[in-house]
Amino acid sequence: MRPGFADPVLDAQAAFRAVMQAMARPGTVQRLAAAPDAPPPIAPAAAAVLLALADADTPLWTDAPEAARGWIAFHTGAPFVAAPEEAAFLLATSAMPPLAGLRAGSDEAPQEGATLIVQVGALRPGAGWRLSGPGIAEAHRLAVAGLPADFPAQWAANAARFPRGVDLVLAAEDALAAFPRTLRIAEEG
Amino acid sequence: MRDPVRSPEGAGAPGAEHRRREPEGRDPHYNFAYLDEATKRMIRRAILKAIAIPGHQIPFGAREMPLPYGWGTGGIQVTASILGPSDVLKVIDQGADDTTNAVSIRRFFARTAGVATTTRTAEATVIQTRHRIPERPLREDQILVFQVPMPEPLFRLEPRLAETRRLHALADYSLAQVKLYEDIAQQGESASSYNHPVLVNGRYLMSPSPIPGFDNPKLDRNPALLLFGAGREKKIYAVPPYTPVKSLDFDDHPFAPMRAPHPCALCGSTTHYLDEIVTDDRGGRMFVCSDTDACAEAAGRAGAAR
Ligand SMILES: [Zn+2]
Repeated sequence: MRPGFADPVLDAQAAFRAVMQAMARPGTVQRLAAAPDAPPPIAPAAAAVLLALADADTPLWTDAPEAARGWIAFHTGAPFVAAPEEAAFLLATSAMPPLAGLRAGSDEAPQEGATLIVQVGALRPGAGWRLSGPGIAEAHRLAVAGLPADFPAQWAANAARFPRGVDLVLAAEDALAAFPRTLRIAEEG
Repeated sequence: MRDPVRSPEGAGAPGAEHRRREPEGRDPHYNFAYLDEATKRMIRRAILKAIAIPGHQIPFGAREMPLPYGWGTGGIQVTASILGPSDVLKVIDQGADDTTNAVSIRRFFARTAGVATTTRTAEATVIQTRHRIPERPLREDQILVFQVPMPEPLFRLEPRLAETRRLHALADYSLAQVKLYEDIAQQGESASSYNHPVLVNGRYLMSPSPIPGFDNPKLDRNPALLLFGAGREKKIYAVPPYTPVKSLDFDDHPFAPMRAPHPCALCGSTTHYLDEIVTDDRGGRMFVCSDTDACAEAAGRAGAAR
């Protein structure tokens, strides 16, 4: 079994701060200095987010193969669920599950909406989509390689049911960005 | 008595499992920043959802802290969950760094997390506060953590918690608007010089905690991340950077923050928020800045200019 965080306390804190920073400033790309060496196909940044935030209280869904699931289970204790709509955390290492099928919470408890971690090919700040919303002074630009072609439409539908909704963490190697449900995406025209 | 920090069993001892990253001065008998890791994870998850849903109160399973409620246990739990070894912590109580409350909290984190502490707003990365927002504009690399005694902005108007949850879900804030209208009709102005409710990102009504109305405009589009922790009520909420925050008001009675019409008796500032201090038992009084760091800075500037 590969190890998790080299320093479980301080590395979890650093990973959390990276996710918090990403969620508070959508479109910025955060790099993780101390991400664990997770088994493929789990990206180091995705592994760090799971180890920092998932535990026995967070039902988890993933498309990752058996060996990778074993590593996650060993280091987080999170129970796996087969149905994406039952998960509090989801890790998609290949195709992103449709956002409409995930837990969105209720109008009274929107915080029960899921957090979806999607592994993508690349995150390039300064190019691509024009992002606006809370956390952004004017606009951030971010190009994401590897999301489904209809992602902007799925995201618009997710934002339209606010305060219900799903929040997204995008992971590429040791880098991550986050899309809180308040984020608005304009495609480059 | 042996000094635990310098004991040979300390974190850097030969054979220690983890690489040494303990900052100097941390007491290794505590987990980093006191809280256990499971509690931090739970609070961290709540903080992330609070950021994703600006102004919405997220319930969390508060833990017993070694300080009584009213000492900022909610703020302390938020601070403990975000703090890292390279942070520089400032703690203020009504603007002052030197009250018993502020000093205790600062010492608590210096001992349990080994973090550097400061009284200077400009040097801090994390500022825990009770009842004020610093005068010096905050930066993107700073986080302000508010201690909140009562997170529910509707609690005086609707005592049933289940009903307030329903009203927030519907964004039905007519109770608060009627109350404000009545205050203005009776007194010509809003009765709430403290804790005046705000609308966050045009959606959630939020208690800014008992800050003076003078500070409310600082909540609007602040470059810093603002986190709020209520220990007794077990709620966390947040305002992300640059998020629009509007004090509840009416077009014909716009919200007007108040400040005592005096210069500070110590630094001469005509812009800082002032506290009135009674100086003797014959009714003598003076007005001084509530923000002790901003006052000292302004007094230093005034002294240098002379
Ligand atoms: Zn002054």
